Amino acid sequence: MNVTPYRIILCDGTACINSGSRKLAAALQEQLAQHGLTDKTTVGLSGCLGMCDKGPILVVNPGYTIYGRVTQDDIPEIVEEHLVHGRPLARLAIQEDHLYNRFFRVFGDAKFFGKQMRITLRNCGIIDPENIDDYLSLRGYEALAKALTDMTPEQVIAEVEKAGLRGRGGAGFPTGRKWKLTAAEKAAPKYIICNADEGDPGAFMDRSAIEGDPHTVVEGMAIGGYAIGAQQGFVYIRAEYPLAIRRIKRAIEDARSAGLLGKNILGSNFSFDIEIRLGAGAFVCGEETALIHSVEGMRGMPRPRPPYPAAVGLYGRPTVINNVETWANIPVIILDGANWFRTVGTETSKGTKVFALAGKVVNTGLIEVPMGTTLREIIYDVGGGIPFGKKIKAAQTGGPSGGCLPEQYLDTPIDYESLARAGSIMGSGGMIVIDEDSCMVDVARFFLEFTQDESCGKCTPCREGTKRMLEILTRITAGKGLPGDIEKLERLGTMIRKASLCGLGQSAPNPVLSTIKNFREEYEEHIHDKKCRAKVCKSLISYEIGEKCIGCGACRRVCPVSAISGAAKTRHTIDQDKCVRCGMCFNTCKFEAIAKG
Amino acid sequence: MDNSKKITITINDKQYKVDPGQTIMQAADTCGYRIPRLCYHPKLSVEGACRVCIVQVEGMKNFVASCCYPVADGMKIYTNTKEVRQARRDIVELLVDNHPEDCHTCERDGNCELQRLVYAMGIRHRHFTGERKHYEKDLSSTSVIRDPDKCILCGRCVRMCSEIQGVHCLGQAYRGFNTVVMPAYNMPFAESVCSTCGQCINVCPTAAFVEKNHTQELFEKLNDKSLVKVAQFAPSVRAAIGEAFGQPMGRNMEGQLVAALRRLGFDYVFDTQFSADLTIMEEGSELLERLQSGGPLPLITSCSSAWMKYMEQFYPEFIENISTCKSPMSMASSLFKTYWADKMKLDPKKVLSVAVMCCTAKKFEAARPELEVHGLRTTDIVVTTREAAWMIKSAGIDFVNIRPEKFDEPLGLSSGAGTIFGVTGGVMEAAIRTAYELYTGETLVDIEVNDIRGLKGVKEGRITMDGQELHVAVAHGLGNAHQVMEMVREDRHRFQFIEIMGCPGGCIGGGGQPYATANSIPLDEECLKARAQALYDLDRSKTIRRSHDNPDVQRLYREYLGRPLSEKAHELLHTHYKAKTPRGIVSRSLKVV
Amino acid sequence: MAKTQLKEKTAPVVDDKRIELRKFIDEMKTKEHADSHLIDVLHRTQHLYGYLPTEIMDEIAQAMQIPTAHIWGVATFYHYFKLTPPGKYEISLCLGTACYVKGATQILQVIKDELKIDFGEMTDDGLFSLGPARCLGACGLAPVVMIGERIHGELTPKKIVQVLKEYRKQAGKEDGK
Ligand SMILES: Cc1cc2nc3c(=O)[nH]c(=O)nc-3n(C[C@H](O)[C@H](O)[C@H](O)COP(=O)(O)O)c2cc1C
Ligand code: SF4
Ligand code: SF4
Ligand code: SF4
Ligand code: SF4
Ligand code: SF4
Ligand code: SF4
Ligand code: SF4
Ligand code: SF4
Ligand code: FES
Ligand code: FES
Ligand code: FES
Repeated sequence: MNVTPYRIILCDGTACINSGSRKLAAALQEQLAQHGLTDKTTVGLSGCLGMCDKGPILVVNPGYTIYGRVTQDDIPEIVEEHLVHGRPLARLAIQEDHLYNRFFRVFGDAKFFGKQMRITLRNCGIIDPENIDDYLSLRGYEALAKALTDMTPEQVIAEVEKAGLRGRGGAGFPTGRKWKLTAAEKAAPKYIICNADEGDPGAFMDRSAIEGDPHTVVEGMAIGGYAIGAQQGFVYIRAEYPLAIRRIKRAIEDARSAGLLGKNILGSNFSFDIEIRLGAGAFVCGEETALIHSVEGMRGMPRPRPPYPAAVGLYGRPTVINNVETWANIPVIILDGANWFRTVGTETSKGTKVFALAGKVVNTGLIEVPMGTTLREIIYDVGGGIPFGKKIKAAQTGGPSGGCLPEQYLDTPIDYESLARAGSIMGSGGMIVIDEDSCMVDVARFFLEFTQDESCGKCTPCREGTKRMLEILTRITAGKGLPGDIEKLERLGTMIRKASLCGLGQSAPNPVLSTIKNFREEYEEHIHDKKCRAKVCKSLISYEIGEKCIGCGACRRVCPVSAISGAAKTRHTIDQDKCVRCGMCFNTCKFEAIAKG
Repeated sequence: MDNSKKITITINDKQYKVDPGQTIMQAADTCGYRIPRLCYHPKLSVEGACRVCIVQVEGMKNFVASCCYPVADGMKIYTNTKEVRQARRDIVELLVDNHPEDCHTCERDGNCELQRLVYAMGIRHRHFTGERKHYEKDLSSTSVIRDPDKCILCGRCVRMCSEIQGVHCLGQAYRGFNTVVMPAYNMPFAESVCSTCGQCINVCPTAAFVEKNHTQELFEKLNDKSLVKVAQFAPSVRAAIGEAFGQPMGRNMEGQLVAALRRLGFDYVFDTQFSADLTIMEEGSELLERLQSGGPLPLITSCSSAWMKYMEQFYPEFIENISTCKSPMSMASSLFKTYWADKMKLDPKKVLSVAVMCCTAKKFEAARPELEVHGLRTTDIVVTTREAAWMIKSAGIDFVNIRPEKFDEPLGLSSGAGTIFGVTGGVMEAAIRTAYELYTGETLVDIEVNDIRGLKGVKEGRITMDGQELHVAVAHGLGNAHQVMEMVREDRHRFQFIEIMGCPGGCIGGGGQPYATANSIPLDEECLKARAQALYDLDRSKTIRRSHDNPDVQRLYREYLGRPLSEKAHELLHTHYKAKTPRGIVSRSLKVV
Repeated sequence: MAKTQLKEKTAPVVDDKRIELRKFIDEMKTKEHADSHLIDVLHRTQHLYGYLPTEIMDEIAQAMQIPTAHIWGVATFYHYFKLTPPGKYEISLCLGTACYVKGATQILQVIKDELKIDFGEMTDDGLFSLGPARCLGACGLAPVVMIGERIHGELTPKKIVQVLKEYRKQAGKEDGK
């Protein structure tokens, strides 16, 4: 890499772009020119650095100073102080020992840094994702070259199998075995698909991985193509990810120009190319048979398996489908070897896992940890714990297909089996921290509302059953729950889980069943006592104006239904019959005079 | 398959030897189990959607759908455990939870697969009732009513309409709980590419598709003393109507139906088979004329109403290849209001011409303005076999035990050739019997043309007449019609004569035939074969087996029409076609999900 | 959507759009498995017209030789595709987990009250249309809405009202010009 006194990295992730990072680039160049620093300083772009809540992010190296919430007006000061005088600007620097601070400090020296470890995201935030040379300088495409020149396809598969890599898209199927099955099929042509549909609410691992390091995925797919004997690959990516789409497109084009895709790659007789196919807003298209239908231009409805895609996939041909993160691990396994890869993780789950940490946690963002890290370590050490000193109630993993694990499970190590034993799943990497302010019935209802809305409608249990479950949950949260409702939920949930056609239906009841299992008392309170302990379920709460009221009238003015009355400077009152429990008054009162009960 | 290749499976703890390569459902069928099913249909692709057919397989976490899961050696299957029973019951309950509680006023009451399933699953109590979908009925079509409220989304109609019929009129739209089966853009059926074949009705397990019912109108007209009521019925109606009265498949009920129609109030009952003979005279002559003049060939038959609408939308470029002959129904109706009315000294306006047909598309045909004669619609009302059966029940007529009666004259006598019109290949066979003789002057000795019999989708045959070889093709079901038309598109000289029937099996599988009974499946091969056999038996039992030997047909020409293709014949018995929009798309490769 | 709310609106006949679409389709048709590009073609159509007009779907059917019922099935399956013209400003309200936990439903209520429209509807003046979204990938700024291409984050009931006001003002200015 070009060594210059200063190397500035601007986060060019979606969140930072939205909070204005693009405007900073121009201002920065202008200031650098003014101070005659243009030659001495490089400015690079990076994918999401995982600190979206503090964006836009600007990093100054060396020194790894991270500036957050930078505005255009801050740029002259940063340049003047930091670049000219070498005095990092305390006002804007992110002081806390943020996970990415650590990551930056240790990068290059050790494989471990803090509780995190970056394999999938090893290049994210370090290279300019739109510059193939950056990727090449970090041994990019060396793995592909190695596979093509030193290894037979069988050896590549054997290496992946030996590494113990399991699919990161959710189910954790051994990747090497999947490849072997497909390679053994006689039909041709064969296809490679990268599943970048990532429809889980609250999950953005794959988007960030592609935005930050698209070439890794391209390289992984090419290696996969070589291994199974495919010449064509597809990246199925959500249309909602324009930046990731642009970057993967660019990466494919650049790789093609560099002779790393296309005919006779690197002079070998292996040819491989990649096409992009856009999704159009259907979560179920993450399911592999639905995805295949969607790539084929049809309604994204799953079909029964067997036959599995390994035998009958895209256009009826043998097809390997892997998740973005799975693909991103391939170059590392080929380059550093299965033996090294196996040193990371647990007995049954090797390597690392990326999570999108969200919800009631101090540091929300992307993290990557070795398998076997515990939930507690993630939430408290990496995530910085629960804000405002609140108590944690549960961790939800696996998104709408997953389950809620209560506090007593926080020491569960993250691997496929342990999470399943605890009653949740690894899933694709959504992790939502839930604190005492969240109602578990409502959380379950939220996830079910999602799956019910995303059901493709093909099979009866999922199409009709999730609707009925949602109706029951809705009436429970509306204070109209009936005795026997919990049992009905269990009966329907068990049936839907066991009888649905595809993974969506089979896992849709999980959030409900796991919250019933772990938080049954909350359900019972809603049904029998008409009480929501977290004070979330609107119908079960009320707002009351207390003694602290000074009669400022602010609440009266915001109330959308004019439920509040009172003369100026006297205590106001709420007409409970009129009140729709929108909470506006509660949020408005500056004197903490309104109580939620 | 020899026994050594069989595999061993265990169903409910009992061992069975079965052939490999089948699904659990197929294997269980051979072992005396009939696992409940709904979306499965042997003629259609496997959907695996309803999940009614779930079973438990040892070692599997989830239930598997037996209609799409392959058997394997040593597999242990449980079809009837407490858990499976409850799950299956709950699945069926979920279907009816989103279904109108309408059975008593529903057209399929007592004849409904869903209803039977609800009964068999033991649903005596609802646990999960909630919101129900509601959509408007689509009444716009002359033939088919779509009532999405009763649809349980088994997808059979969609697969039928695209895989077998190749019309692709129907599709699933929207998704999840909001999924609805509809034509493109939710356009009214009448404006869609629907061929009105009624096959969606045949395969629908509920009343989500039913025919446009004309029985009330007919009952009213039958009470009108000022009208002379004339009925005709199609060949295949007699072979199928018994099923609606619990008779075994393939029982010929011709005489009973004549008698019952008289009891219903018809003054005259004629036979569409008579006009089938007439069709052969006209169409056979047309073929000979075209062969001799080199006129547009191949000549393609025109008696199937659904095929006609399909052709006008999908293959208008072949209009001049279509025989100008009206269908037997419309020929008969024309004669009722001309030849016969003259003969009987009746005002044609006072003749009520009713057709009992195996066919929903005939309702569409009857309304075609180009079939009018002297400004008069010729077929006033078409009722399907199903509607006729209902009317007979409703009027309290003892159909099964009634003493058979004969048709009226002079439009009631038919040859065996007219009879086999009802089955695929029949028109061709009948035409060959006559054309051969007209062409060569010799009598065809072996009159049963086996190459073109049977249920193969596209049949080809060669007939040598006086040294000239005629290459013919027969297709049934519009999907197969599409196959043949593509062959023609590729090579116009490949065939000289083509018979096309819109429905699988021909009219015996028509969209208006009785619903399948409790233990069979609509359009079951056995059922089609039995109905076909009834017609072949009837043909064989007749002494007159060639259309041109029908003395009443000969008399008609003598007395009224002159000769085939005469001006009079053209006026009464021929018609023309024109391209229709929306133009359909004959999709070659499209898989349907 | 309980019922198809297909209003018979004819698409403006803008010929270069049609030509561009036709060119795109012709290009797709040269590829292997041409049918499989239907979704790409629909994306392109929506890009050009803002939604999927029925006449255009008819044209696609003829050009690609795919039955209209099938195209309609695809168009209605994917929530990304719009069947009615969108408002000038399309509001996508994130209902993803993070936003939900941070009060997206309250924001939804405010928008509904302010604009008097529900999901899938457009304001009478054609200015705003509202649709749900699942995680816009800006969870750190939750709750968020996307209006056009822009994300507005850390919303409060007050802030969203302010944001809507600004768009109104902007539209007024553009009209004024
Ligand atoms: C409803 C549903 C949604 C899914 N969504 C995704 C997804 O967004 N991304 C993904 O990689 N896998 C998803 N999967 C899993 C895929 O079906 C498939 O197992 C995976 O892509 C295989 O890749 P892997 O072996 O690398 O995990 C989903 C599965 C189901 C049932
Ligand atoms: S489980 Fe749900 S998403 Fe999957 S096929 Fe059935 S209805 Fe569709
Ligand atoms: S909660 Fe909402 S409706 Fe009720 S009083 Fe407060 S502002 Fe008014
Ligand atoms: S805003 Fe608070 S202090 Fe003011 S009137 Fe309302 S309750 Fe009283
Ligand atoms: S379709 Fe069947 S179940 Fe439905 S109302 Fe009619 S008879 Fe009853
Ligand atoms: S089946 Fe039952 S409900 Fe229906 S009519 Fe007979 S007794 Fe009444
Ligand atoms: S009547 Fe025939 S063509 Fe029309 S929708 Fe039904 S199956 Fe399709
Ligand atoms: S209309 Fe009938 S055949 Fe078609 S999906 Fe609905 S229930 Fe099944
Ligand atoms: S084959 Fe017979 S029943 Fe079917 S549409 Fe043609 S005429 Fe009618
Ligand atoms: S997008 Fe910049 S830190 Fe996430
Ligand atoms: S019959 Fe097997 S799933 Fe419907
Ligand atoms: S949940 Fe709203 S942006 Fe992610």
